[in-house]
Amino acid sequence: MINWHSFFFLLFALLSGGFAIGVVVSGNIVRMACYLVASLGAVAGLFFLAGADFLGSMQLMVYVGGTMVLLVFGVMLTASGPFVSLKTGGGQWILATIVGCALLAVLLKTAVSVDEWMQPAPAAEQIATEEDPRELGLGLVGVRVDRLQQEDETLAGGMAGYLLPFEIVSVHLLVVLIGAAFLARAKRRKP
Amino acid sequence: MAEYLAQFINADWQWIVYVGVALVSCVLLLALVATAAAAFTWAERKVSARIQDRLGPTRRGGRFGWLQSPADGLKLICKEDIIPAGADRILFRLAPYISFCASFCVFLALPFADNWVALRLNTAVFFMLAVAGLEVFGTILGGYASGAKWSLYGAMREAAQVVSYEIPLGLCVLVPVMIAGTMDLVEIGGQQAGWFFHWNLFHDPFTFVTFWIFITCAMAGTNRLPFDLAEAESELVAGFLTEYSGFRWSIFFMAEYASMFALCGLGAILFLGGWNGPVPIGQWLVLLAPESGLLHDATVQFANLLGMCNFIFKCVAGVIFMMWVRWTLPRMRIDQVMTTCLKYCVPLASAMFLGAMLWTFAASVVVNARTEPPPSPPSTTAVAPRCYALQKTAREAEHGEEGNDGAGTRTSDEKGGRRQ
Repeated sequence: MINWHSFFFLLFALLSGGFAIGVVVSGNIVRMACYLVASLGAVAGLFFLAGADFLGSMQLMVYVGGTMVLLVFGVMLTASGPFVSLKTGGGQWILATIVGCALLAVLLKTAVSVDEWMQPAPAAEQIATEEDPRELGLGLVGVRVDRLQQEDETLAGGMAGYLLPFEIVSVHLLVVLIGAAFLARAKRRKP
Repeated sequence: MAEYLAQFINADWQWIVYVGVALVSCVLLLALVATAAAAFTWAERKVSARIQDRLGPTRRGGRFGWLQSPADGLKLICKEDIIPAGADRILFRLAPYISFCASFCVFLALPFADNWVALRLNTAVFFMLAVAGLEVFGTILGGYASGAKWSLYGAMREAAQVVSYEIPLGLCVLVPVMIAGTMDLVEIGGQQAGWFFHWNLFHDPFTFVTFWIFITCAMAGTNRLPFDLAEAESELVAGFLTEYSGFRWSIFFMAEYASMFALCGLGAILFLGGWNGPVPIGQWLVLLAPESGLLHDATVQFANLLGMCNFIFKCVAGVIFMMWVRWTLPRMRIDQVMTTCLKYCVPLASAMFLGAMLWTFAASVVVNARTEPPPSPPSTTAVAPRCYALQKTAREAEHGEEGNDGAGTRTSDEKGGRRQ
């Protein structure tokens, strides 16, 4: 009997990898954005397959939706002539290959070094876990629900959450937003 | 359902059941989307004729004009499929399918009655919003790949509009999600069971206003007049649709009607009680039925069927409302569209979010003061879980103990007292 979980994993992995190569090979900037969208969408499929619904939706919302802005920029940049294509020089190809292969080597080394991942795949029922985004949200505002049972009073009080990083990131994003609005504002002429 | 059927099958062949159930769900949803598109084209014609006093659709086309939709379909299939010489052929062909796939996938997480859902997700609301946002890809690609100026203008307007309107839409959706304390649509619908004043729409004044902002943003998100700047027949010659003909064009239209239906469904569950009617007839029937056994199951399923009719009625009413608005109001200019979004919808939605949050908190404090204090969460001094528990107590006190089968696994102590 086919292991459907492995089948779909391979399918989404192939889609994701194939479209990623398409991004590199293609010369048309809008097609590149499309391949990128497909690749990221396939990664979202992998997340759904692993039972991480929230992460998968997040991937669709943030990455795939964010690439749309990239696509719009691509369309705007190429609007001067129909379907402008980008040429990549030989030196850039070599440099990019070296960087890419180095990153791949690091990732492969890390992936192989995890013992738990080398064991045979568990059945699909065990993989599909029900998760609750509420716990994630409480963790972000400083309460780790999974640590409430702990003996140590400070840890059990939920002091081990991610409130500080969350606040720093959100304030940072707010600054970026205001900065962008300031740069893009309509300039008022002085009378 | 798959698990239920799989009991009777040999373990080696259980996958057939899963595939079969998945296929049945998909085919049912596809049939719904296709039928809805046909029915809505007919309805659109009739509504426009009634509102604008047009003669043709009110007089011609068989009894109640039913012949017009099949005739239209036949015409669209027979039309020549033209791809412009300057087009990016692959993307041009791909664009309608992307639009349709995105708006179809939204239906996967949309429950039609209690637990009648193709794919029950803990984060269904978020999933629906994320996937519905992808529909604009098809529009932009179609506009770009046509290689025409009108199409490109249409696509750019669409991009600007949809990206802006996702913000107030998300804020509006947050309000009922916060009141319900979950993103599971089945649970949100179940919490509003009972009479119509249990609906989130009548939860407090803020949710009432939020609903209308939601409808406005939904209309903008699905590109309907007065926000249809991407098509704008009179200025842009149908915008991104200019170069499309025949069947590809009709796929875009099916996608538009499907996403209208889906967004109305989302609104119906979030604000209008979902499958719970104004009068809880289904619940009474279940109460009248015997406690268990075949008759009980049959009654529950019949109540669900009633609920589904209810839900579809609400969705259709929402779509008809959108048509009413479309044929009544003139189109806005692009700057007016942006002003409506950024200067009115976003601040209003934020204010409503804040108001609903304070209202819920105040209500939980008041309820808490009246009744005896809830069992304090063990071994915690943090504020957030206590607020969470307070809110839950308030909700339970408000709605009484409705039958609601929980889905998520519970780990912490506060969650032990959750309704089952």
